[in-house]
Amino acid sequence: MSATAQLAAYTTSTGEAFQFWVLGTVAVIGALCTVLMRKAVHSALCLAGTMIVLAVFYLANGAYFLGVVQIVVYTGAIMMLFLFVVMLVGVTAADSLKETIQGQRWLALLCGLGFGVLLFAGIGNASLTQFAGTGRANANGNVQGLAALIFTKYVFAFEITGALLITAAVGAMVLTHRERTERAKTQRELAEQRVREGKHLPPLPAPGVYARHNAVDIPGLLPDGTPSELTVSRTLRERGQVRDVSAEALGDLKALEQRAEERLDRTRIEPPHPRRTEEASK
Amino acid sequence: MNPVNYLYLSALLFTIGATGVLLRRNAIVVFMCVELMLNACNLAFVVFSRMHGNLDGQIIAFFTMVVAAAEVVVGLAIIVSLFRARHSASVDDASLMKL
Repeated sequence: MSATAQLAAYTTSTGEAFQFWVLGTVAVIGALCTVLMRKAVHSALCLAGTMIVLAVFYLANGAYFLGVVQIVVYTGAIMMLFLFVVMLVGVTAADSLKETIQGQRWLALLCGLGFGVLLFAGIGNASLTQFAGTGRANANGNVQGLAALIFTKYVFAFEITGALLITAAVGAMVLTHRERTERAKTQRELAEQRVREGKHLPPLPAPGVYARHNAVDIPGLLPDGTPSELTVSRTLRERGQVRDVSAEALGDLKALEQRAEERLDRTRIEPPHPRRTEEASK
Repeated sequence: MNPVNYLYLSALLFTIGATGVLLRRNAIVVFMCVELMLNACNLAFVVFSRMHGNLDGQIIAFFTMVVAAAEVVVGLAIIVSLFRARHSASVDDASLMKL
């Protein structure tokens, strides 16, 4: 009897096992995608998915408060902050895949593998046979239990946490705030500067307007048929989102000319008819 | 299923995060991998809390979350100011201290 009780203490229900294997696979795939995705936005979204799965695992392990906090704080606040910064920084932050240090990638993989083996061996050799379960600890409610601990045993750490949060908020403001050291230039000064430099006096040219395409990401054509860089916004140019339809437009123009020529040829061929009728009348 | 499997999953996620920190050179992605490692630690703490039948592990995980939030705020501010200074978020370009 005691053997079965002990067994029940450290095996989970079939439902939890099923949940673990399905969601655990999702979590590992999400983590791998976070590392392997080329664009930072995709990495952030994969990480958010992994964090949601971890929240479900917290709930399954009896940490109800932490599961909710994980979703609210991590996927709700921190990942959105990440996405916000990706949006601020991401325009030119394309990650180059060229190795700057010879063989760094293989060494990193080797280090990771060795570290993983070390961790797994450590967990495998530890005597983790007794699982008490959180049933008794959560008897008066998870949140109540946590609150009792935070405000008695860990009250000092809790207060230091408050100081840490205030310091972090002030630090973030100090780091991102930029003091303006010189006066902003007025419009007249900017105009005079443009005249002095003599580079580009008039406003920038408008993007291309074609019969079938008319948008800000389509460059206008120079007289010789090449697209002009100046006509498209710098942000779009840096993102590589310039849609060059000049070749298409020139092709359309050529097809139009060809069709017009055919039409003209037909009208040029047509004249014999009247002559034939003239001959017939003769 | 033995709940120790949660610990193995946590170790696997931590390893993936650590490898990502070594592999990637975009500062934001490196930072996300650090977050992944912190989350893996949190999972281990929660499972330890279940193993011992008390809530101390969950308290530690809670404090880890708070510290991670503070760390993210400061770290992202540093990345933004670094990006402003040198127009790149690559960790390879930040080599001012190099001889």
